[in-house]
Amino acid sequence: MMQESALFEYVMRLSDDSLILAQRLGEWCGHGPILEEDIALTNISLDLIGQAISLYDFAAEVEGKGRNHDQLAYLRYENEYKNVLLVEQPNGDFAMTLLRQFFFDAFRLPLYEALMQSPVEQLAAIAAKSVKETRYHLKHSSEWVIRMGDGTEESHQRAQAAIDHLWRYTNELFYEDAHDHALQAAGKVPSMAEIQAKWMATVTSVLQEATLEIPKNNWKFDGGREGRHSEHMGYLLSDLQYMQRAYPNMEW
Amino acid sequence: MVSETDIRNYLEEVSDPEIPVLTITDLGVVQQIYLQDQTWIIELTPTYSGCPAMQQIEVDLLAKLKEKGIPNAQVKHILSPAWTTDWITEAGRQKLRLYGIAPPVNEPDKTALFSEPPRVSCPKCNSNNTRMVSLFGSTACKAHYQCNACQEPFDYFKCLK
Repeated sequence: MMQESALFEYVMRLSDDSLILAQRLGEWCGHGPILEEDIALTNISLDLIGQAISLYDFAAEVEGKGRNHDQLAYLRYENEYKNVLLVEQPNGDFAMTLLRQFFFDAFRLPLYEALMQSPVEQLAAIAAKSVKETRYHLKHSSEWVIRMGDGTEESHQRAQAAIDHLWRYTNELFYEDAHDHALQAAGKVPSMAEIQAKWMATVTSVLQEATLEIPKNNWKFDGGREGRHSEHMGYLLSDLQYMQRAYPNMEW
Repeated sequence: MVSETDIRNYLEEVSDPEIPVLTITDLGVVQQIYLQDQTWIIELTPTYSGCPAMQQIEVDLLAKLKEKGIPNAQVKHILSPAWTTDWITEAGRQKLRLYGIAPPVNEPDKTALFSEPPRVSCPKCNSNNTRMVSLFGSTACKAHYQCNACQEPFDYFKCLK
């Protein structure tokens, strides 16, 4: 029983990260700086929504209370969402959006690669499906980080400002608690220290190539994994949940 | 009594809603087909996680089978093994080219973070002198290219492995 609730919690964190970031990226629809990037950001959003659906379906199955992916995605209160604070941060300018994406992609890729080896079959299958998409997202975000960092004076300054702002949220990506430890002990999920080392290697090499710097200060924010969110989350959810709250059980 | 082969033949008539020249069998998304408790189970593998065409394909597929006198069918989505563009048939690749979409080319090392964009030949003039405009395109499965020789902008069906 303990293992099941830990697995439910673990999968919900993955799905909430995907859903909330997808919602943020969707806000760019029709507002991208160039048409190609408008399309790119919404394509990435769509991939993340697809991953979230598979993950919520699996979480619902593990939970066994008859909830479906729409109920999990739309009908919970703010403190029941367990996404990291990073993904709920406002889009800001294009540099802020792409740096947020880069930090997330560089985390998700090694995590999915490791989860492909999980003995939890459905989780391994979702990871194997999603890893290909995530690799493509990371390629896209890394190329932009380099293009902006090693670009003009203004693009460099904006990219560095985005890093300086977002850095405080990155440590939470590697949050662990009793749920993670129970699953790790059973050999079902990787340790976050392992993922963090791979994340750091990617971040260091891409930022170096981009002539950008890792901030010196180590100020760390967290709380999202425990349901304590930043002020932005409530506004985001009111947009996200509006249709289901106004028209319960609606379908397209 | 209908057989599995009959059903496979019927599915040849169901097209991809976003790339209508391709049937779902060309696309390689149809897996096992079997009878379970009087119901035909059709296994489908999604191409991309969030591809909105998958829902439409399910609706079209069930409608087609109903039309053929098989009302007792059900679609089952399976994730593993994950779909790859290697499953697109040779006939499917040919159809893509004629339709103006460059079919996926073999990209050996998909795990490298940085690599040159794949060399794709123009579906209009066959020139290899083309360039990638954007990693993303009109649907989840495509990237945007342009031919330097004839100037034609075209879609490239991304290699997914």
